[in-house]
Amino acid sequence: MNMDKQIFRKDFYIEPPPPPKRTRMQEFQRLFGQNRLAILGLFIFILFFCCAVAGLFLTSGSRPIFDPAMIRLQEKLRPPLAKANLDSLQPQEVPVLGVYLMGTDDLGRDVFARMLQGAWVSLTVGFVAVGISVLIGMFMGGIAGYFGQHHIRTDHVLFTLALILGTGMVIANFTFIGTVILLLCLAYIFYSLLARPGSTEKETPALKAMLHSHAVSVDTLIMRIVDIMLCFPSFFLILTVVALLPASIYNIMIVIGLTSWMGTTRFVRAEFLSLREQDFVAAAKALGLSTFRIIFRHIMPNAIAPVLVSATIGIASAILTEAGLSFLGFGVPPPHATWGNILSNGKNFIFDAPWLTFIPGIAILIVVLSFNLFGEGLRDILNPKLRERY
Amino acid sequence: MLSFIGRSVVQKTITLFFVSIVSFLIIHLAPGKPSQVDPLNPKFTPEVVERFKKEFHLDKPLYVQYVYFYHDLFTGKTVSWKDNQSVLKKILERFLNSLPLFFVGTLITWTLSFPVGIRSAIFRGGIYDRSATFLSYLLISIPGFFFAYVLIIFVVTYFHVPVIGMETFGIGDAPATYLFMDRIWHLLLPSVLSATGGIAVLSRYVRSQMLEVEGQDYIRTARAKGLPSEQVHYKHALRNALLPFVTMFGLILPGLIGGSVIIESIFSWPGMGRMAYEAILARDYPIILTVNFVSAVLVLVGTFISDLLYLVVDPRIRL
Repeated sequence: MNMDKQIFRKDFYIEPPPPPKRTRMQEFQRLFGQNRLAILGLFIFILFFCCAVAGLFLTSGSRPIFDPAMIRLQEKLRPPLAKANLDSLQPQEVPVLGVYLMGTDDLGRDVFARMLQGAWVSLTVGFVAVGISVLIGMFMGGIAGYFGQHHIRTDHVLFTLALILGTGMVIANFTFIGTVILLLCLAYIFYSLLARPGSTEKETPALKAMLHSHAVSVDTLIMRIVDIMLCFPSFFLILTVVALLPASIYNIMIVIGLTSWMGTTRFVRAEFLSLREQDFVAAAKALGLSTFRIIFRHIMPNAIAPVLVSATIGIASAILTEAGLSFLGFGVPPPHATWGNILSNGKNFIFDAPWLTFIPGIAILIVVLSFNLFGEGLRDILNPKLRERY
Repeated sequence: MLSFIGRSVVQKTITLFFVSIVSFLIIHLAPGKPSQVDPLNPKFTPEVVERFKKEFHLDKPLYVQYVYFYHDLFTGKTVSWKDNQSVLKKILERFLNSLPLFFVGTLITWTLSFPVGIRSAIFRGGIYDRSATFLSYLLISIPGFFFAYVLIIFVVTYFHVPVIGMETFGIGDAPATYLFMDRIWHLLLPSVLSATGGIAVLSRYVRSQMLEVEGQDYIRTARAKGLPSEQVHYKHALRNALLPFVTMFGLILPGLIGGSVIIESIFSWPGMGRMAYEAILARDYPIILTVNFVSAVLVLVGTFISDLLYLVVDPRIRL
């Protein structure tokens, strides 16, 4: 058919631009194949993932295969690959292979089992914390970038402040004043709902005009929030909050997530600001697509590259932060092992039992390194300057 | 220029105000009360707790406490809840201890990362570049506390020098040169550790800046003129690549107060980070809040200085 057309309207026919020789996915694979460090990173990550999942199953349950909490005081501080002393152990205390693969600690617990248990902690902290921060970051960045020029009206700002103030007062036991403020807010909602139909006909009074004036743009508001968050010294803030809250792994994940979304917000906002003006967004608008669909189906996929890179590197730093916190003795309550607290316990025996320091330390190093290498590789691969032109 | 300064001072004051509110709320709304920190202590009778609360306005509503706290802070009267000493005096004392650590660490970072980064950029893709790249990833990824122990084992077994603390315990009246060397040994490890991350990041940044400048047209022109390559690299390229780093002098300012909690607690270094850590454990709110406030001020001042420096060194920028 193409041929017919070409013959029929030979004079008018303009050759369409040739399609790219490779699809985006093929291009991605080609560049990825060249980047040996990134492949190494991905490989170690997959290995770590399998270890963590296997560790979860092998060390939990009522009768785990590798018991990380089994205390054998007569077998303490045995070096790696030491054979279990079968004479002094009860039958149920004998380790599975008859060998302590990574030695035992000062209470005679099997370090291999504890490392397996800790792997899952590191993995979940990394992924959940970064998941939280990426979600918040994309949401805030998307709003700031897409609706940035919209203004918030003064009355809305006042309304929000009153709402927060009222709720805060109710919480802080000023029930009477708090309730009055909340009732005023409620009255305002009703008023604005009722007043809407007739408002255009009347001449707007000065007070109302002032209330309806533009206070601050959405973009300014969100970027100021980002500035405020960036003022806190992050590790110190995390440490404070984690120390004040009850010890739990979920608190750590949430706190790390809530204190690390600012970078993602800035990236996403910058991408949105440039993508919003592109032709394909105008086309999508002209087709009458909903704003929600334009943002999430059309703009977000194009803005995702820097987010992916920063998320991968963010996982690495979240794992490091968690290890640092467990090293200082916060986070997961003691009987549960994490790589940080294995190292923290082992530091007292650093000259007698160096494996208690080196095994978790090197494990953290390798995992964090793999995420960093993969993230940096991804950055290179997604960089459009390196793509082969057709 | 003046309007820029005025605007950013106003903006930063507002930001600081919100930071003070948020940090106050985070500390005070967290579960647990400072008066409950030591329930087993027999001296902590209900009357004492009551007096404690009254003394530090803990029986007042939150916003009154907020006003009291920042009023005390600005008049310099804030006292620690733990030992009733002036917070500002305590912070100053610890700050002076942290200062040499910060100074040597920064010096090591800046003197090492520039040569490494520049050389990587000039010999791009070579064996030196690739190994420097890998090494910097390694340095970013190594957990500080683990690296600290590796270095401690190394130094203690091979050089037989003590490294924990600020000076050897009970060194007393040794000769001055001995005291000096003792100080140097104690200073060396913590500052090397605090510099590792910085070296890795900064040398990568130097490399990418250099590469970007080396790709510019005026560098090609300089080469085409037949200038010797040293002159091209160090006179034409480096000077332009240095531009963003001038502004980074402002951004290292927050590091003054940050101190590293982990490194200072490993080396028993009585610095800022360690004081903040102890304050967190003891729920000594005035110290936590003051450290937070001062570091927020430093961040804001640092960004302000770096904006100004940008304005000064880059004539293309008009704010």
